[in-house]
This record gives sequence, structure tokens and C-alpha cells, in this order.
Amino acid sequence: MLLLFIDRSFTVPSFDVQVKLGRGNMEIELEQGWEIIERGITRLKNILEGLPEPKFSSTNYMELYTTVYNMCTQKPHDYSQQLYDRYRESIEDYINSMVLPSLREKHDEFMPRELVKRWENHKVLVRWLSHIFHYLDPEFIPRRSLLPLREVGFICFRNLLYCSDDTDLDSPLFRLIKSEREGEEIDRALLKNVVDIFVEIGMGQMDYYENDFEDAMLKDTAAYYSRKASNWILEDSCPDYMLKAEECLKREKERVSHYLHSSSEPKLLEKVQNELLSVYGNQLLEKEHSGCHALLRDDKVNDLSRMFRLFSKIPRGLEPVSSIFKQHVTGEGTALVKQAEDAASNKKSVGLQVFVRKVIELHDKYLAYVSDCFQNHTLFHKALKEAFEIFCNKGVSGSSSAELLATFCDNILKKGGSEKLSDEAIEETLEKVVKVLAYISDKDLFAEFYRKKLARRLLFDKSANDDHVTDLTLARENQTSFEEYLGNNANANPGIDLTVTVLTTGFWPSYKSFDLNLPVEMVKCVEVFREFYQTKTKHRKITWIYSLGTCNLIGKFEPKTMELIVTTYQASALLLFNTADRLSYSEIMAQLNLTDDDVVRLLHSLSCAKYKILIKDPNTKTISPTDSFEFNTKFTDKMRRIKIPLPPVDEKKKVIEDVDKDRRYAIDASIVRIMKSRKTLCHQPLVMECVAQLGRMFKPDIKAIKKRIEDLISRDYLERDKDNPNLFRYLA
Amino acid sequence: MERIDNVFYSYANKSSGLIDPEGIEALCSDLEVDHTDVRILMLAWKMKSEKQGYFTLEEWRRGLKALRADNVHKLKKALPELEKEVKRPTNFVDFYSYAFQYCLTGNEKEKQKSIDIESICQLLDLALGFQFRSQVDYFIDYLKIQSDYKVINLDQWMGFYRFCNEINFPGLSNYDPELAWPLILDNFVEWLREKQT
Repeated sequence: MLLLFIDRSFTVPSFDVQVKLGRGNMEIELEQGWEIIERGITRLKNILEGLPEPKFSSTNYMELYTTVYNMCTQKPHDYSQQLYDRYRESIEDYINSMVLPSLREKHDEFMPRELVKRWENHKVLVRWLSHIFHYLDPEFIPRRSLLPLREVGFICFRNLLYCSDDTDLDSPLFRLIKSEREGEEIDRALLKNVVDIFVEIGMGQMDYYENDFEDAMLKDTAAYYSRKASNWILEDSCPDYMLKAEECLKREKERVSHYLHSSSEPKLLEKVQNELLSVYGNQLLEKEHSGCHALLRDDKVNDLSRMFRLFSKIPRGLEPVSSIFKQHVTGEGTALVKQAEDAASNKKSVGLQVFVRKVIELHDKYLAYVSDCFQNHTLFHKALKEAFEIFCNKGVSGSSSAELLATFCDNILKKGGSEKLSDEAIEETLEKVVKVLAYISDKDLFAEFYRKKLARRLLFDKSANDDHVTDLTLARENQTSFEEYLGNNANANPGIDLTVTVLTTGFWPSYKSFDLNLPVEMVKCVEVFREFYQTKTKHRKITWIYSLGTCNLIGKFEPKTMELIVTTYQASALLLFNTADRLSYSEIMAQLNLTDDDVVRLLHSLSCAKYKILIKDPNTKTISPTDSFEFNTKFTDKMRRIKIPLPPVDEKKKVIEDVDKDRRYAIDASIVRIMKSRKTLCHQPLVMECVAQLGRMFKPDIKAIKKRIEDLISRDYLERDKDNPNLFRYLA
Repeated sequence: MERIDNVFYSYANKSSGLIDPEGIEALCSDLEVDHTDVRILMLAWKMKSEKQGYFTLEEWRRGLKALRADNVHKLKKALPELEKEVKRPTNFVDFYSYAFQYCLTGNEKEKQKSIDIESICQLLDLALGFQFRSQVDYFIDYLKIQSDYKVINLDQWMGFYRFCNEINFPGLSNYDPELAWPLILDNFVEWLREKQT
């Protein structure tokens, strides 16, 4: 009602109108003039207090501000300063006599209510008085660099809030906020109005809001949540606690939008996060049955996602979470390794294939966690990587993981492998293998095993796609020419069907060749081919790898004639029995000119395995150099044609040896490369750079690097500095 | 000078014109010093002798002149002084390095670069035994039981001297295998530490 009395669009009239007072153009005395003004002010104050007063007309106003005008412009006594001071005093007086007492007598919620009312009134008072004293604003005030009228007015009210020790504003406000937090409905408008006082009174600066209200509010909030958290952490499970925390944060955010200043939002949320999450973070994560470990174990993806959301808000909050994640994945992986070890010790060879599959599945599973629950955060990618690096580099029962992966790929790709997959599935699986390969430090070992197995697949596996292997295409063409050659030269024909695969050395793994004494029949074959090959090219040398050859023999056994598919080595041994009934181990070895290892292996396959083509005397399960052998005329099988496998030599040791040798060269080359460009370098940086350079293929052993450095010193590539033994110099 | 030469020829082999091992033995007995004594090695160092077991006239002249001795009696008297001179830190490194190279066999074309373990053990005892008795004893034990190295090269030889000088023994507290110590010393320290637990 009072507010409507003064129209906002009230304009100050121009000062051309001069109202003459009583004595004509005479000066106005200070007290005289002030009396008039004060009367007007008092009337305004009464109106504000709601006391009965006649309306304040525009004439009343004109009288007052004209008085002010005159008192400021008259000469010689310009009372601007006094008027300025008395303006302020009027307001102070009003506050001290009316406002302060009324606040003091109110308690609890009524105090802030009164304050809001009084503030509104105050704003009106200041506006009215500013109009009356308006003439001071444009000239006097700026000339003396004084505070403008409005500001003076607000400061008076500010001082009230400051100096009123009796009026406790905080408690009633915080009690209201607490009630709302506890779920009760409160008068939000009241809070908003009080908060607005703090904002408005700053007149553009937020100091008052922050110092007089916000600080205490934040402290109060912190204390509140601290109490709550200390209870919840004991009573609630981790997921439940997190739900509550998330809810609290949501509510506090809403609170800001309802009645706090927006600048409080980050500070408020930070306080809440601190009390709920930072303080109790570790306890929460490590809760025995419901903490992070348990959630991972039980695949509680929703809870984990919530955990990520909450902990990503607090400083370094994600570090413990990612650490637990890493521990968990490492644990799962290590359990797989143990499982595989157990299966291997129980002679279940399929355990290794299954192991690799399970590792791939584990990777898929936790990669999904990283992208879904943990929003692809780098900390979690890193944790996953480190976890896999730990257990992927543990071998299983003597086989390195590099070898296991290579064997796994071989099984998928070869015909007759343990897995039958569509091309698409093969491709998909191989892509996943590549991902796991990234964690293995011995990548060069994997490459070497893979290469060996690939060569085997290309040479022996009918299903292998070898169209793009030029060497094999050439070999096929070669064979065709050979057959043509035989067709054209009847006398060259050895009488046995012969197929030769010619490989280019260097494209293929090195295979050892031994000087096997071939049976007479085969000798002719070899010679014929050699002659043919000479017609094609004079510059190439052929080395025969009999260990890779196969042979189809016709065995005339008593029960029935059978076809035997054997290796060349086995065939050579069997054919000896065409001219002798009984042969000793040493005779066979002498005749064949092979090593003990090979002889033992091949005789075992013919006499102690599934198909006993030869009878061994004594009839033990292993071959010894004192054994004798006879042709088993009584041998038979329900099939007409059987393949007698010769288990290949375990190439593992050789592969590892080869890789070690390659590594020595690689380390040498790397050291030389580094030293050549740096000229001088200290030991530790040299080692570090070397490790970094080679890291793509393998993790060099520090001792191995040291050894290579010493070797290079003795070969005069490097020297140790005379004064600093830690420094090396490149010798050009 | 003439007197020095005369003494030379009294020990030298008539046909080769050098003092050979036999001559050196005779010299040692006259000096009343065992021919495996380190002082003979020191004498060789002073002479800058190149081939173990042999002294040339030039080397002889060089050594005796430096020691201001023109007969055996004076030479014998000069030995304690020579010992002191060698043991001075600035000279000792040089002597120690010399000791190794002196023992390398082979000629100009096929100069050996390393010395076999057994000879090294003897040489260590001779050259360093008096100064670092326990380190030398332990290291010799280690060299005999390890199988990584069949020979020792100059870098490793010098490394051991540095080891004796810089590393707390037997505490080994300041040994850091991440530094550029020769690998054989890393292994030696590992072996020692295992023994200590």
C-alpha cells in the first residue's frame, strides 16, 4: 500500500520554478530550512510506519526539494555539506529508533520476516529521501568525491546488520534450511527475500553476501552433512550410501535455484561432496561386503557407474577406485592363470586353448566396464592395461603367453584345429587377440612362433589359403613343369610318383637338413628332379629337407595289403625291412645316418604308438639303443589306408634361442644407434632410451643391455670415459 | 750408463740379448725378493716393460736410471722407495692398469684383450691384495665359482679397483646396480648379499 503511493515514474521537476518563501529573495537559514525539510521527512516516516497521515502530494515534494535547492544554491551560505550529513543522520535515526527495536523484539522465524519487511521499507525511504535531496547528486557529491545518496542509505542499513549483536539472523535461517533438508516444507520465499537483501545491499559486489551469509551457511551445511555422513557410513551399505549422497547433491543443487545466489552452487556442492565423499571415501570404497571390490565381484554395473559419477567430482577421487579396479582385474586374470596351470598339470591340453579364450573374454568384459561404467576415463584404461600386463606375462606350465597366443591363433586358422569358426568369427577373434597381444612384452617371441606355425600351415594344411603366397604358387608351377618334363623324357622317370615343393630360403623359417641315407628307390627320384631343375636354372642350389617330406607306402601285410602315409624318415626306416627281417637300433641308425633324437622319435612312432608296424624287442614303452626291431607281418587295421603320425620336434627351445639371439643383435643395434647420434651419454639415460626403442617388440632385460654395452666396449664401438665411469663415448 | 748396461748383460740371455724368465729369477734371488713378489711387477712398471717375463736393454736402462741404481745393491735399496711411489694414489691407478696389460699375451697383431680367470685371481692378489685384502679374497672366491665369465677384460679389471675405493665393504650400502658398474660386479654384489642373509 505504501509502495504504491509513490509512482515509480515520478519525475523530478525542473528547477526553474523557484518557490519563494516568506521573506522574498532572502537567504534561508540552516535550521529554518531544515525544519521544513524535517517535517516532511517525519511525515514520510510515519507513512512508512503505517501511521495515519494525509497523503503526500507532489506539491509537498516540490516544497521540500526546492528548499534543498535553494539552500544549496544560495550565496554565501551554501548548506550542501550540512544537508548531506543530515540526510544520512535522518536515516540513521530512523533505523536506530524504529528498525532496530522492532527487530530486537522478534524471535525465531519472525525476525527474518521483520527484516525483509524493514528492508523493503528502507528501500522506499531511501528512494523518497533521495528524491528530496536530489540536487546534491549531480554536482555537490561528485565535486567532493562523496558517496551517492542511495549508497549512503544502503550503508546505513548494512551497518545495522553488522552491529546488531542482539539480532541473530543465522540461527533462524539455518534452522529453516535444516528443516527442509530433513524433509519438511518451509517458506522458501522468506529465505529468498533474506538472501536478496545480502545481494542487493552489496550494490554490485558480492562481499556482503559471501561474508555475512554464505560463509556461515557453508559451515552450517558442512556440519550438517558431517553428522549425517558419520551415521550413514556405519549403518548403510556402500550402494545405499551412494544413493543418499547422490540424492543430497541433487537436492542441494535445487536449493540453490530456489533461494540461494547462483554463485553459491559450486561452493555448496563442494562442501557436501567433501563431507560425504572425501572424508569417508576410503571407508566407503573398502566396505567389506558392499564396497568397490564387492561391487566388481558381483557385477553391479549401476552401482559402479554411480560410484564413478560421485567420485569423479572430488579431487583425486578416482584414484582409489581405479586402483581397486586394477586389483580386481589382476586377481581375475591371475585366477585364470592358476586354473590353466591346474588343468595343464592334469594333462588336459585343451586347457591352454580355453585359457586364451577366457583371457579374451575377460578383456572384453572389463573393457566394457571401462567404457560404460567408467566413461572411458584414462585412469581406468591405464588400470586395465596394467592389470593385463601383470598376468598376461605370466606363462602357464612352462609355456610363455607369447607361445600360447600363437598356438591359439594356429588352432583357429588351421584345418583340423580345435575350433571350427566361420571366416567372420575368425577375423573377430584375431582382432581380439591383437588387443591382448598389446599387453605382452615378448612380442617378438609371439611373432617368431606365429611365423613358424604359419609356415607349417602353408606347407601342410590343405585348407590354408595360399594363393597370395608367391613362393607356393611358383612351387606349383614348378611341379607342373616337372611333370611335363617327365612326360617328355620316359627314361628319366623314376617309377615313383614324386611331388616336389621348392621354397626360397629366407622367405621361410630355417629348417635343418640332415644327410639322410635315402632308400635306393628315392635316390633316383632326387637325381631326376635335380637334372630337371638344372634345365631351369643353373645358379640355384637345392638343399633337400627330408624331415618335411611325406611318403605313401604299400604295406603287404598278411591279413591285407594296406596303404601307409608316413614321413620320409619313417619310410626310409621301414624300407630297410625289405632286405632284412630283423634290425637293431644301432644298425638302423647307421643305415639312416640320423641323430639319436630323430631315430628314437621315428622308431617310437612305428613300434610303441597306436599302430605297431614294427615289433620291438623288448616290448617296453620306450626306445633304447639296445632294442631290436622286426617287421610286423600280422599288422592290420579296419581301414585300408592309415596315417602314421610322427610328432614334430618341440621347436619351442629353438624358437626361444633364435629370439634371444635376435634380441642380442637388436640391443646391440639400438645401443650403437643411440650412441652414434648422441656421441656421449651416461649409463642410465642410455639404458632408458634403449628400453624405449625396443619396447615395441620386447622388454629388454637391464642386465642383458649391460652385457651388450660391455661387449661393445670390448669390440671398440664404445669406451668408458676416464673421469666419469658412468659416461660412455661413441668411437667412430 | 756403462755400469747399468753391464749389470743388464750379466743377467741377459746371450743369444736373445734380453733378460728372460731365467735371468729374472736370478735377479730376484740377488735382490732377495721372490719372483712372484709384487715389487718385481713394480719394477717392470717403472721400466715400462712390454712383455711379461722379459726385459729389454732399453727398458732396463729406463728403470734403473729412474731409480738411480747402477748396481744390484743400489737397486735393492731402491725397492722400498719404489713401493712407496707406486702406492701413491695418483700412480697406483696407472700401476694397476699396467699390471693388467702387462699380463696380456700375444703379439702386436693378435693382442689378447682379456685374461683368464685363474691368472686374474693371481694378479688381483698380487696387485691389490695388500691394499684391499678382504675385497680381493671374496672376489677371488666369487670368480672361481661363477660361470658367466671365463675371462676378464680391462674395463672389468679397472671397475673392480673403483669398487674397492668407492663402495663400503662389507656393508655394500652405497652400491647401486643401476649405475654403470660392470655386470660382473653387479653379480658379485648379489652373491655377497645372498651370503650375508
